[in-house]
Amino acid sequence: MNHIAPGARAGIYHYDEIDRQFVAERVEQFRKQVDRRLSGELTEEEFKPVRLMNGLYLQLHAYMLRIAVPYGVMSAVQLRKLAEIGRRYDRGYGHFTTRQNLQYNWIKLEDTPAILHELAEVDMHALQTSGNCVRNVTTDPFVGAAKDEVVDGRVYAEILRQWTTMHPEFTYLPRKFKIAISGAESDRAAVRIHDVGLLARRNDKGEPGFSFYVGGGLGRSPFVGKLVREWVAQEDFVAYLEAILRVYNQYGRRDNIYKARIKILVHELGLETFTREVEEEFARLRGPKYRLDPEVVEAIRQHFAPPPFEELPDHSDALERARAADPAFANWLAVNVAEHKAPGYAIATISLKPAGGIPGDATCDQMDLVADLAERHSFGELRVTHVQNLVLAHVKKDELYDLWKRLDDAGLGSANAGLIGDIIACPGLDYCALANARSIPLAQAISARFADPVRQRTIGELGIKISGCINACGHHHVGAIGILGVDKKGTEYYQITVGGDPTLTTAIGDILGPAVTETEAVDAIEAIVDVYLANRRDGAERFVDTLARVGHAPFKERIYAAD
Amino acid sequence: MPLIENGRIGEDAWSFIPDGEPVPNDRPVIISFERWQAERDSFEGRNARLGVRLKSGTLAGAIAEDLDRFSLVAVEFAKFRDGRGFSTARELRERYGYTGEIRAVGHVIPDQYLFLVRTGFTSVEAPEGTNQESWANALKEITIAFQPSLDDTQPLSLLRRKLKVG
Repeated sequence: MNHIAPGARAGIYHYDEIDRQFVAERVEQFRKQVDRRLSGELTEEEFKPVRLMNGLYLQLHAYMLRIAVPYGVMSAVQLRKLAEIGRRYDRGYGHFTTRQNLQYNWIKLEDTPAILHELAEVDMHALQTSGNCVRNVTTDPFVGAAKDEVVDGRVYAEILRQWTTMHPEFTYLPRKFKIAISGAESDRAAVRIHDVGLLARRNDKGEPGFSFYVGGGLGRSPFVGKLVREWVAQEDFVAYLEAILRVYNQYGRRDNIYKARIKILVHELGLETFTREVEEEFARLRGPKYRLDPEVVEAIRQHFAPPPFEELPDHSDALERARAADPAFANWLAVNVAEHKAPGYAIATISLKPAGGIPGDATCDQMDLVADLAERHSFGELRVTHVQNLVLAHVKKDELYDLWKRLDDAGLGSANAGLIGDIIACPGLDYCALANARSIPLAQAISARFADPVRQRTIGELGIKISGCINACGHHHVGAIGILGVDKKGTEYYQITVGGDPTLTTAIGDILGPAVTETEAVDAIEAIVDVYLANRRDGAERFVDTLARVGHAPFKERIYAAD
Repeated sequence: MPLIENGRIGEDAWSFIPDGEPVPNDRPVIISFERWQAERDSFEGRNARLGVRLKSGTLAGAIAEDLDRFSLVAVEFAKFRDGRGFSTARELRERYGYTGEIRAVGHVIPDQYLFLVRTGFTSVEAPEGTNQESWANALKEITIAFQPSLDDTQPLSLLRRKLKVG
């Protein structure tokens, strides 16, 4: 097999021969498993979890293959390969997911071994992107670049990637298991809506450690993760997770799929009992076997060494000239560009939410372009965010205008990161066998209604999140405005919630009133925005703050007045 | 039923005696954990080897105090997707220091065999007509593990290999 080495300067984990051999063995294993299914040796029931742990779902119309992008970071070379696969085996596009992965929605079962083989050429695979195992660990998309970063989450996410890969004890858990890590002051990884959410911090001596939140999650019973331990030292990082997973594997419910997540266990046992069980297991596990050696951490950290930044003045004349000359660029700059820790550099978010578009979708041509731009402007590396956008993390301020023009020409220049047009939507009834209602057309209609970038910026920070069923893959519970698709006697209706918050101040939104039709939903969103704008203080108060101050009444009055 | 040991079908010296049936004194037998609880006194002074069978929901702690009475612990998998048994075996070995045979019984598939071995199982009861080759292959097809196994001496196993790369 011809491995394509990722660009040497990219801050990504580089596979060694052992990683490669492992993936090759897994590809071969799956090929044999498919054969054993075809021969009848494995029943469909037995084959299903095996297939899922290789990333292959059966959807409404076709197979879906979900490719792992560990902690959302990949090289330009890898993205180009994803484009190539999408062109050859899918319909010329791919879909970036809320777990920072990429999925193809139109895959033929018989093509999967070939696709997995091609992925392996660029050190990629589809392992553990589904099934009741530990899934792809997610982290801050600004990791290694953000000005407010305290600890580099990639290092620990990579340690977890290795530790959870084919874990012999935790591959048949009661249900899927999702871990997120944030190492910055602002939580951009939504840690408290995960089975385990980790806040990486530093103590007075500057040593890294972790706060463990356990039992967060959305779905039909949303819970905010509870603090189980304030400080776990780096050397105990793996031992503490092992303890949590062992308690969950033994005591988590297996009688009801809807009560099988760890959030239900924490809820039913109570935080105190759950914590005691974990601490007991941890006290025993602690020791040389599970101790995370600082030298190991250091060796992994070297993979993520900062790229060779040039010494630049923080101020860029070229940038200021472009800002003054081009209002559309100035708007994008204000909305989609964040501060970088290195002077003269910036973090650019590439919105995959054009007005009227499908959230998270990118054509293969767009992927190729982003790969080129990543090579030209960001050391050959890019990130996928959990809100389904892409990020070039290390762009010279001098080059931002060139970058934006290229993006804008390709329909990737939307200035709406974090604004009302930056909608998260699950695949919904267009693809998913579980959905009750379509999500994508509603997302398209809302983003078309609020297409004007100036209007969006006037409205300010306001996340809309849409799920097509109670499983909440679109995170509607934590949307400032959340929309849940429901089925009423064969007709799609949408229930609106307000006041959700995915950051550290995590909040689950409240239902505003009776569900509405698709057309009414778009009007209702606009009504909510109008009421907010009429009530907000100083022209700058955030939507969630206005809502907290004035309550639901004025919003309900406007939406349901006609009833 | 075929017994899988070291990737091969082997001889099974043990037999399971259903509750209510008389327990022979002259050969190795496995009894249920429930029977053990109810009739433990009747096994005082027994010379032939004794094994106990735990249901999926019976965790290692339940039998910990009595482990020195058993040469075999059979851990049941009600469904192959129910992975509690992996933790049960590991707890038996690591927490309670059990060194006898641990056998997987019930519904397990060859695709889980490597995990069973790595968590401390020594044998598996496979269904009639099972394909021996699949079990043998399961121990050979994946040669890399990223976590410490029971018999590993090196802490955190492969993570440590990264030292050479850095």
